[in-house]
Amino acid sequence: MKKTFKLEDLDCANCAAKMENAIKKLDGVKDATVSFMTQKMTIEADDERFDEVVKAAVKCIAKVEPDCRVILK
Amino acid sequence: MTRRQKKTLIRIVAAALLTLIAALLPLEGVWKALAFAVPYLVIGWDVLWGAIRNIANGQIFDEKFLMALATLGAFAVGEYPEAAAVMLFYQIGELFQSVAVGRSRRSIAALMDIRPDMARVLRGGEEVELDPEEVAVGETLVVRPGEKIPLDGVILEGSGSVNTAALTGESLPVDVAEGDTVISGSISLTGLLKLRASGVYAESTVARILELVENSSEKKARVENFITRFARWYTPLVVVSALLLAVLPPLLGGGEWSGWIKRALIFLVVSCPCALVVSVPLSFFGGIGGASRDGILVKGANYLEMLERVDTVVFDKTGTLTQGRFAVDAIHPKTVSAEELLDIAAAAESYSSHPVAESVVLAHEGDIDRSRIGAVEELAGMGVKAVVDGRTFYVGNGRLMEHVGADWHECHLPGTVIHVAEGAAYMGHIVINDQLKPDAAAAIRRLKELGVKRTVMLTGDSEKVAAAVGKELGVDEMHAGLLPAQKVERVEALLAKGCRVAFVGDGINDAPVLSRADVGIAMGALGSDAAIESADIVLMDDKPSRLPLALRIARRTMRIVRENIAFSLAVKFGILILSALGLTNMWWAVFGDVGVLILATLNAMRCMLRVRE
Repeated sequence: MKKTFKLEDLDCANCAAKMENAIKKLDGVKDATVSFMTQKMTIEADDERFDEVVKAAVKCIAKVEPDCRVILK
Repeated sequence: MTRRQKKTLIRIVAAALLTLIAALLPLEGVWKALAFAVPYLVIGWDVLWGAIRNIANGQIFDEKFLMALATLGAFAVGEYPEAAAVMLFYQIGELFQSVAVGRSRRSIAALMDIRPDMARVLRGGEEVELDPEEVAVGETLVVRPGEKIPLDGVILEGSGSVNTAALTGESLPVDVAEGDTVISGSISLTGLLKLRASGVYAESTVARILELVENSSEKKARVENFITRFARWYTPLVVVSALLLAVLPPLLGGGEWSGWIKRALIFLVVSCPCALVVSVPLSFFGGIGGASRDGILVKGANYLEMLERVDTVVFDKTGTLTQGRFAVDAIHPKTVSAEELLDIAAAAESYSSHPVAESVVLAHEGDIDRSRIGAVEELAGMGVKAVVDGRTFYVGNGRLMEHVGADWHECHLPGTVIHVAEGAAYMGHIVINDQLKPDAAAAIRRLKELGVKRTVMLTGDSEKVAAAVGKELGVDEMHAGLLPAQKVERVEALLAKGCRVAFVGDGINDAPVLSRADVGIAMGALGSDAAIESADIVLMDDKPSRLPLALRIARRTMRIVRENIAFSLAVKFGILILSALGLTNMWWAVFGDVGVLILATLNAMRCMLRVRE
C-alpha cells in the first residue's frame, strides 16, 4: 500500500532529508519520500503492517523536528 | 507571512536593536558579555533549546547544534558581538528561506488551481450544488459563464467558448457547441452549458492531472539525491576538521588556543549545507511548476534532469508531427475539370464514414445533392461503385482500376490516391494526405538550434509518404512501414548506440515505446488517459512547439541547479581554506552561511519564471 500524508510546519529541508532516511530504514517500509517543497510524506509499505509503520514514521519525524506534525486522515 | 514567521521577524528586529545598544554601551569584560547575551538569547533561545532536545534524541549533527556550539564558543573566546550577530543572521537566513519557499509554494499552487470546487447538477428538475466527487456518470451538469467545468462531459444543450489555459497554456478560447466534449478544469467563458457527465470525478482529466502534479515530488533527481548524500558527509567532516583545527596546532605548539579556536568556530558556522539542501529541490519544484503554466507536465525531477541531456528526439509521425486528419492535397483530372472530378468523387463517397472519404466530401464546396446519387455499392478493399446522375462511376484505389480495366497510372505525389473512372474510361485522381501540424517544421528546426544532434521520425506509413513528410520537416532520419513493436526496436537500437533518447508520441498505441525511451513524451494529452499514464512528460495540447520549450525549461533548471552547487561549494570551501590559514573572521563565516543561502534561494526562484523566446 502507498499513502501520502500532509506535513505541517516542516521548516527545514535538511530535516526532510533526515526524516526520509530514517523512515526508509524502518522495518517493513518499501519506499518513502519526504518532500520539503510540497510538505508531504509518501510511504509505501506492506498492507498488514501499514498502520504500525506509519506510527513508527510519525515517531521518526518527531525525533528530527518536534514541531512538525503529520496530518493523519 | 505566517504567524510564526511574523514572530520571528519581531524577534529579529528586537535582537538587532538590542545588539546595536550593546555595541554602543561603553562596557568591558563580564558586563559586555552580559549586554550581548540579552539579544543573543532573545534571538537564539529556540536554537539552543532545539540543539539540546536533538542531542537528547540522538540527532547530533544538526544545524541548530552547530550554531549553538559556534556561538557559545564565540562567547567563550570573548567574541561577544560576533556570537550575537551569527545567531541573528542565522535566523534572518532561516526566515528568508521559509518566506521564499512559502511564496514559491503558493505561486505554484495558484498555477495549478484547476480543481473545481463545486458541480451544479440537475436532480429532479432542480439545480443542486454538490462536491464534484458526488456526481455520478450520466448526470446533467449546468455550467454558467465564468465557472469551472467540474467533470469531463459532452454538451447536451447550449454553446459558447471555453478557456483551457490553466490546462494547456493555450490562451485562445475554444468554441464549443452541442455534442462537443469538454474537459474538466477548463473555464466556460460565454453561454450557459448543460453537459452530461461522461465519467466520475476521480477519473476526470482534472483529477488525473492533479494526481500527476502531486506525485511529481516523489521522483527525485539524481543531483538531489547526491546533495542529500553529500550533506550527510559534509557536515560531520567539517565539524571533525574544526575540532582538529582547534586542538592539534596548539598541542603541537603552534600558538595560542584562542586563535585556533576562533578559526575552528568559523568552520562550524560554514558547515551548514542549507544553501544546497534548500536550493536544489526548490529549483526543481519551480521548474516543474513553471512548466505546468505552459501545459507541460513533468512527472518528476528526474525526468527534467534526463530531458536536459537528450541528444536524440524520436517522433511518431501520425498525430504528433501530423494532425492525423486527412485533406485533399491535389486533384489531377484527365478528361474533365478538377471541379467535376471532385464533385463525382465526393458524391460517390458521400455515404462513407472512412476518413479518406470524409476528406473528399469536406474538400467539396457546397452541398451534395443526395437525390443525384443512385445505387452505391462498396467493393471491399478497392473502393465504391456509384451511380451519380444516372452514370456509373468507379471511385477507389489502383486495384479497382485494374478490376474495371481502366487505363490508369500512379501519381508522382506521395499520399493516398483515389482514382475515378466512368466504366472503363479513366478520368483522373485525387491525392489525399495527412496534414502536417503548422508548427512541426519550426519545432524541429528549433530543437536543432538547441543542440539536439539527431531527429528521427518513425511511422507505420509507406516509404513514399514518410520520405515526403520527413523532407518537408527536415528530420535527419526516418523509418517507414513500422509496426508498433518495430518502433520499440528502433528506439532500443538508438539506446544501444549510446544515444539519450526522447520519444514523442500521442500516447495512442505507443505506450511501450514511451516507457522504453529515456524520456517518454506524450502530446495532445488533453482527454487521453493512456498518454497521461504512460508518459514521463505530458504536453497537454498537441503543439510540437511545446517540445523545444520543455527542453529549454529543463536546461535552465539544470543550469540554475549547477550554478547554485558550484557557487555554494566554491564559497564554502574558499572560506574554509582561508579560515584554516587564519585570514578570515566571523563575518566571512556569516556570509558563507547566510549570504550563500539567500543568494542560492533567490537564484533558485528564477526557475519559476517563464522562459522567454
